[in-house]
Amino acid sequence: MKKKWYDYLWIVTLVYLVLGFFNILFAWLGLLCFFIPLIISVATGTKGYCNRYCGRGQLFGLLGGRFGLSRKRDVPNWMKSKWFRYGFLIFFFAMFFQMLWNTYWVFAGASDLKQVVTLLWTFKLPWQWAYHGTVLHAGVAQFAFGFYSVMLTSTILGLITMLLFKPRSWCVYCPMGTTTQLICKAKHAGRGNRT
Amino acid sequence: MANTTRAPRKAAVLQDQCVACGCCAKVCPLHAITIYHGIYATVDTAKCVGCGKCAKECPASVIEIREATV
Ligand code: SF4
Ligand code: SF4
Ligand code: SF4
Repeated sequence: MKKKWYDYLWIVTLVYLVLGFFNILFAWLGLLCFFIPLIISVATGTKGYCNRYCGRGQLFGLLGGRFGLSRKRDVPNWMKSKWFRYGFLIFFFAMFFQMLWNTYWVFAGASDLKQVVTLLWTFKLPWQWAYHGTVLHAGVAQFAFGFYSVMLTSTILGLITMLLFKPRSWCVYCPMGTTTQLICKAKHAGRGNRT
Repeated sequence: MANTTRAPRKAAVLQDQCVACGCCAKVCPLHAITIYHGIYATVDTAKCVGCGKCAKECPASVIEIREATV
């Protein structure tokens, strides 16, 4: 099949992850992979982002498929169950809001900027080398550290399940994938199931 | 179409467990799969040749290749 420009978006994902090691403020760009899928699903009622443009899915597909870094086993049944997928979605967004909350306190001047990247919501890695000060408020940087933590954490989870199961097994429980599917379901039900 | 004794093999999606990621549609050489309104994958059995590429690719492993009962 002939490759289209959007089949190379995995490069964007890779560049994004690398940039976070040099200047944390690039993390803000990651908001695009939050809003684009949502906008596409709300506007068109499809998972067009997953189906076509998602660089992260492509990256896992490439590493696990072409480069063979995957056992290519079936995911366990619990992982594709609704309670796990929705449960993980809720957990993910709870953690996300906690991150926003911490950012808010830095914006409010009530806490200091913490130059750490938190992996798997637990491990705090010093990351001060990627921050060189900014003319903007410290809260701007705090959000960048928090958001990059979310992106790196989900990448690591995705890489782990890529190794253990099918290359793109992250897509089974990816919060954005689950959210956009729910939006599509709601939209479709709202239209009275007409095709 | 089927003048053999065996029924042709076709892909069948367990739609309730499908996450609509579209990996299957991407690999299908015959473009037989579409994602129905972002909810689940549907197979055009007229186009499907039962090659099994989609089932191999599906991250949730919810595609079965089975003899179609037409
Ligand atoms: S499920 Fe997540 S990782 Fe997979 S294609 Fe969709 S947005 Fe990308
Ligand atoms: S079995 Fe082969 S032809 Fe049929 S839908 Fe899957 S990939 Fe396409
Ligand atoms: S690859 Fe599997 S989970 Fe993804 S859309 Fe196709 S059938 Fe559904």
